[in-house]
Amino acid sequence: MATSEAMLAIEGLAATVDEKPVLKGIDLSVPAGEVHAIMGPNGSGKSTLGYVLSGREGYDVTGGSVSFRGQDLLAMEPEDRAAAGLFLAFQYPVELPGVGNANFLRQALNAVRRKRGEAELDAMQFLKLVRAKMKVLGMSEEMLKRFVNVGFSGGEKKRNEILQMAVLEPAFCVLDETDSGLDIDALKIVADGVNALRGPERGMLVITHYQRLLAYIVPDRVHVLLGGRIVRSGGPELALELEEKGYGELQQAA
Amino acid sequence: MASSSRRREMTTAVIDAAVQPAALVHPAVAAALARHEALAKRLPGHRHGWIREMREDAAAAFARAGFPTRRNEEWHYTDPRALVDTRFGEPIVAADGAVTLPGGMPDAGAPKLMFVDGRFRPDLSELAALPDGVRVESLAALLEAGDEALSLRLGSLADRSSFVALNAMLAEDGVVITCTAAPDAGARVHLVSIATASGDRPLAFHQRHVVSVAEGASLALFESAHAAGATPYFNNTVAEITLGARARMTHVRLQAEALGAFQVSTVFAHLAAGAEYDSFVLAAGARLARNEVHARLEGTGAIVHLNGAQLGDGVRHVDTTTVITHAAPACASRQTFKSVLSGRSRAVFQGKIHVHQVAQKTDGYQMNQALLLSPESEIDAKPQLEIYADDVKCSHGATVGELDANQLFYLRSRGIPAPEARAMLIEAFLADALEAVRDERLRAALADATALWWARAHAEAGA
Ligand SMILES: Nc1ncnc2c1ncn2[C@@H]1O[C@H](COP(=O)(O)OP(=O)(O)OP(=O)(O)O)[C@@H](O)[C@H]1O
Ligand SMILES: [Mg+2]
Repeated sequence: MATSEAMLAIEGLAATVDEKPVLKGIDLSVPAGEVHAIMGPNGSGKSTLGYVLSGREGYDVTGGSVSFRGQDLLAMEPEDRAAAGLFLAFQYPVELPGVGNANFLRQALNAVRRKRGEAELDAMQFLKLVRAKMKVLGMSEEMLKRFVNVGFSGGEKKRNEILQMAVLEPAFCVLDETDSGLDIDALKIVADGVNALRGPERGMLVITHYQRLLAYIVPDRVHVLLGGRIVRSGGPELALELEEKGYGELQQAA
Repeated sequence: MASSSRRREMTTAVIDAAVQPAALVHPAVAAALARHEALAKRLPGHRHGWIREMREDAAAAFARAGFPTRRNEEWHYTDPRALVDTRFGEPIVAADGAVTLPGGMPDAGAPKLMFVDGRFRPDLSELAALPDGVRVESLAALLEAGDEALSLRLGSLADRSSFVALNAMLAEDGVVITCTAAPDAGARVHLVSIATASGDRPLAFHQRHVVSVAEGASLALFESAHAAGATPYFNNTVAEITLGARARMTHVRLQAEALGAFQVSTVFAHLAAGAEYDSFVLAAGARLARNEVHARLEGTGAIVHLNGAQLGDGVRHVDTTTVITHAAPACASRQTFKSVLSGRSRAVFQGKIHVHQVAQKTDGYQMNQALLLSPESEIDAKPQLEIYADDVKCSHGATVGELDANQLFYLRSRGIPAPEARAMLIEAFLADALEAVRDERLRAALADATALWWARAHAEAGA
């Protein structure tokens, strides 16, 4: 694999959570313009990988390296990773009582723009932008007035993650089970939102349990994460095969 | 030998303020009494017998009580020793001398009444802009005139606490506000206190305000206290507030005293039937700040809201002490206080709800929440419910926590730098207390003061 050219290049990544080894040597490269899917049984380390990439405290890297657009990702603070263009859509979006959704989105966008040396948006410019994005995602503007994720339904929280992604326009997105909890229509809307962001400059890592999502967001590669390692990689057809057979065979082999 | 051991005991007693045999007076108490002696003739209204008597009674009450120590139950968590041990002089700025106003004074969109070192300054005030139905007089002027009506309005509060007695025997001035403005008039006034202590000359001043809102009338009073510089000073303010039947008062206070200041404020609010007192205090300054509010609900259906936030940094100490007395049926009291503490700062919240036997259908609520930003910060909380009626609804709660790591990470993962992310979470924590301030301009002024505090607290955490 031509890792030096990849947008995201993970090599031998090992990490512990509470001193428990969870990632045990992950090699994975995603070139710009590609969408890779990660599948794997519960507890195999998928979310942990997302958190390690975004720099969450308490996830200790014990080996390996991650290069992101030529930079040493692991040496960066979480906010700098975001400014560099990395975005994680959380499996379990966090509630922020007392923090208005509009304020949150605007602060995030302006923080990222500041770091990139771009001009900040004023309240009017921001509102115009966010309204347009919300319309595409079929979200009611009333969501802007509410506290971030507080009282949101499971599906609304996932849509709110995609809204943040659409507003921040990151170069690389990690979607952690964004499809779970979405109804059939919402799944299509969210997938359309994600597809709209696809482009030659953008990379994506889509973590999912279901082939269903991958029918909408067709991946370039599919990887199976099992016991903290990538045990198999293949084309989109691998997702179909896993859906049929499950992880049993792979688990025995591992 | 017995006599020598007794003598030793007595020597200890001299230094110990809590044990005060009549003949032995703590030097700080002696100094305050001496100041009273020296000043008395110059205090306004001295030639009137009733005023002299009032001050003498106060001096006697103060001599009996002395300064509090931690052995006084009400001062168990707040040690006033640093204040007691500082020797303060009189204000030196002439009553009409030039003053440099400190920065950060908010525009409340209300006529300003200026006090400099505890003295009313009509020349700096915007008296011409006072709304209809709001009468403002200087306490000194009324005392000088021997105004008999005032004798009824100046409560005999001297025996209520040491600092109130101290205020009663030394207060030179204050403002007397009488409001008869109807609610739709939107009458508002901004009371400003400036301190000018500088150099090596600590000073003390004692303001005494009297506010009355007539039956059915409504007043919004914004108070702010500001100073700069490192010279200690002591602002000891007492305010007596009387609300007539169905009167309403919004009282928003911004305490932005200099960081070396001592500040003790005691508010007594009396509410007649159906009256509503809505108070918010933001304590952002002073090395030692004590805010006492005593609210008495004296008529059926009166409502009191006491809200506030205490922001700590460095080694500052902030204390909120509330006493709410339900003395009539069907009254409601609601309190939400928040403390955010960094560095080695400490906060105290003491909240007492006293429900008299007649006060059936009382609705009392008290919530005290603290956010500790550093392991060395600390809050002491003491809720007290004393209920003598049987049909009441009273609840109190307290929480102490740190910033949520999960929330912090979520914000940072969206590109928001850690200090800003913390500020957002702190703001969110304060939000439901601050929301109680419905006036947007005042809320913005409080938010600005919070941001100044955060800049200080954050710089300290980074150092
Ligand atoms: N904070 C933690 N403390 C202890 N163990 C943890 C912690 N976080 C994760 N783990 C463990 O790490 C392992 C991997 O968890 P992770 O959330 O990455 O799995 P996942 O592949 O995302 O699973 P799922 O499909 O259920 O979302 C699990 O065994 C989990 O229990
Ligand atoms: Mg997961």
